[in-house]
Amino acid sequence: MADPIEECLLDGIDASTAGPRTVSRRRFMVYSLSTAGLVVAAPLGCDTSTAQGSEPARAPADTVVTGTDDEMLVLEVTRENKVVVRLPRVEVGQGITTAVAMMIAEELDARLADVDIPLADARTKGNQNTGGSDSVRSLYDPARRLAATARARLVTAAARRWRVPAWSLRTEDTKVIAPDGRTATFGSLSAAAARVRRTSVSDRPKPASRHKLIGRPTNRVDGRDIVTGRATYAGDLHVAGAKPTVVARPATFGGKVVTVDDRAARALPGVHAVVRVPGGIAVVAETFHHAFQGRDALKIKWAPGPLGSLSDAGIRARLKAAVPKLGAPPRGSKQVEGEFEFAFVSHAPMEVLTAIADVRAHRAEMWFSAQGPMAARDDIASAVGLPASAVTVHVMRGGGSFGRRLTHEAAVEAALISKAAGRPVKLMWSRNDDTRHGRMRPATHHRLRASHKDGRVVAFAHAMASVDESYGSKGGARQALFVRPAARPAPSDSGLYNFGRLSGDSGGVELAMPVGAWRSVDSGTMRTAEEILVDEIAGSLGVDPVAFRRTTLRSKAVRAVLDKVAEAGSWNAPLPAGHGQGVAVHEEYGSCVACLAEIDATDPKKPRVVKVVMAADVGTAVNPRGLQAQLMGTAVDGISTVLSAGLHIDRGAVREGSFADFHWARQRNAPLHFEAHIMPSTAEPGGAGELGVPAASGAVANAYARATGTRPRRFPLNF
Amino acid sequence: MPSYSFVLNGEKVTVQAPADMPLLWVLRDLLHVTGPKYGCGVGVCRACTSHLDGEEIQPCVVKVKDCADRKVTTIEGLADGDTLHPVQQAWLDCDVSQCGFCQPGQIMAAVALLKKTRHPTDADIDGIENVCRCGTYARIREAINKAATKITP
Repeated sequence: MADPIEECLLDGIDASTAGPRTVSRRRFMVYSLSTAGLVVAAPLGCDTSTAQGSEPARAPADTVVTGTDDEMLVLEVTRENKVVVRLPRVEVGQGITTAVAMMIAEELDARLADVDIPLADARTKGNQNTGGSDSVRSLYDPARRLAATARARLVTAAARRWRVPAWSLRTEDTKVIAPDGRTATFGSLSAAAARVRRTSVSDRPKPASRHKLIGRPTNRVDGRDIVTGRATYAGDLHVAGAKPTVVARPATFGGKVVTVDDRAARALPGVHAVVRVPGGIAVVAETFHHAFQGRDALKIKWAPGPLGSLSDAGIRARLKAAVPKLGAPPRGSKQVEGEFEFAFVSHAPMEVLTAIADVRAHRAEMWFSAQGPMAARDDIASAVGLPASAVTVHVMRGGGSFGRRLTHEAAVEAALISKAAGRPVKLMWSRNDDTRHGRMRPATHHRLRASHKDGRVVAFAHAMASVDESYGSKGGARQALFVRPAARPAPSDSGLYNFGRLSGDSGGVELAMPVGAWRSVDSGTMRTAEEILVDEIAGSLGVDPVAFRRTTLRSKAVRAVLDKVAEAGSWNAPLPAGHGQGVAVHEEYGSCVACLAEIDATDPKKPRVVKVVMAADVGTAVNPRGLQAQLMGTAVDGISTVLSAGLHIDRGAVREGSFADFHWARQRNAPLHFEAHIMPSTAEPGGAGELGVPAASGAVANAYARATGTRPRRFPLNF
Repeated sequence: MPSYSFVLNGEKVTVQAPADMPLLWVLRDLLHVTGPKYGCGVGVCRACTSHLDGEEIQPCVVKVKDCADRKVTTIEGLADGDTLHPVQQAWLDCDVSQCGFCQPGQIMAAVALLKKTRHPTDADIDGIENVCRCGTYARIREAINKAATKITP
């Protein structure tokens, strides 16, 4: 009864969707697992060989996910007429659950409200990483094919039930509709559809010309939960017996406990346990109030961490010294040069790291938000001495991430505390913990030089150095969780421009500091520095920055987004005194973007970006409204990191402690006017989540430079 | 341990708690009302913003003893059954949220602003201190302006 049905859809791949960005022209298997209701699965991720070669597991009738399902995207149509797809990615605000719901609803002709996208628990195989602006790109084909297959089966089942030709039926609003007006919900057809072996209608995704939902600006599927306070993050979960827990941490990075007197803490009412972990001393208590009080009652003598007396000045000097030398410029050329410095920046997601851990003798169960839950489970298992198969990780939505949840040190710590305390715990890092113990975008130093001759750039060199973390892989700090797309600029990009001979190199300073990938990773600093220098080259050649870019950009698509912002943002329109406009572009993840910023720098110490206009070409934009939101976020990233938000290091410790002194933009720093234009395209989707950061940062810096007549070199500018 | 009663989202509640326990942890850990979020614990990020007798507060820096016999409103108490408050509805219409973590506080701050200032200027809206790390500020501004046209005195 439950024989899985395999179908080879190799020849069924629509040529229009098999463009250069398609993962591969592989055997595309879709099978049905269950006779209780329709469940179809499609292979996912890059490990196609496994999916290709293996027989799907024979599943009991009521089982949805077994065996090879771990590397599948699985769709289930429930009797209640809900379409459920467990997503092997995490929602941290980027809107991936909405985008995937749209893909599924599109191909099924389901109502968006009938599609449910819960986050999958950590799996054992396949790709469950969220990063590299890769989620839409990696899911666009599998999700649509999965849903198209499900639709074909549902339509075929309805045709048999009604004894009418399948081609005469249509689908709409999660129903199959017959020409005579009869309707059947998908839920009512689910069991019959599960028995369909050969579909009587096409099971290929629609051509883009028939898309009704993909490409239509759509509000978030979780919007109502958020505005009513129902959206549930790890800290909001009520897991039986899991007690609030905080950790007393050293002031310095890597500081160690020398002695601890915990008698006063243990004597406090509401304190349940005090345990030592590598990061400090954990207090488990009845409420977070009691936990904080217990923490503050600990008498701890700390030894400073390995950075000793190292402070910003020392780090900056070491970075500068670590930048590889630039080669000799072409003979007879004139040079435009600049050195740029970027401070450390906290990821600072609004939801601090939080993890619930219930570690028992032979199993562990965990709840937290993670961009790489599979690596997290492995690290948790090894930390507490259990096989990975005994560790269940429930992936929670995250209150922001920006790369912070690529590593999972808080989850490992929670598991260790639960094991040591012999009870479930709900661990929360305080805001101070998060700001002072990382992670951070590494500080960098850049040396750039453009060589021009006869009015043309003939060589462009970019050498840089960044702080690298020198210790341990605890918590997955050093694990590459995703492969960067090939389109990523190498150190010494400029591939964007016809700049003649390109060269670049990078160096590093190894320090015992918790650094990590921060939205747009290296591009956030490298490409920002380059876009500033591009303006200075234009100035040196006496050419307008937009005109200069237009004549030197290699790609038509990048020129088009630049033209869009120049036009929509009224480039070079007369401005009030003290105001200035700046532009910048960026290309990555198979997408490109331009940003125009207008700044009021009447008081250069209190500049206000008053207007931001962005334009992006990301191929097919699944949800233009979600994409605009991502661009809006990157505009604020640019404003914050260029103007005001950074971390100082004083004698081995972070000076800042919260949003009181880590000056992330507030409403009064955000543009009064923001607009984002999405370029029409039928190409495969590119990546978008991180795309805007370098363009926004570059545009803000260039606007500041033009408004003040200065050359911005060290960021954030007001620090 | 002392006992404190107050009206939470229209219902009388009584809790046993130390006098200096911040309202935030009373709400979250004792009453399991989790709409107000912890983001800093020092009244700076304002992710916990709620109302005390209709005025904006940051429950992470308000002690439970100071709430006795008063009215506390959190994001959970803003809607009238299934009918959203006009500010919540504007938030939905403008698709403001990204990660959503700060939004309950942002909404409560906006409601408090609109209560005092029916037609806020840009400068009034700039006065909202709540941090949104995702950077949804432009849509927050749009939603507040939209809600201002919907709220009847």
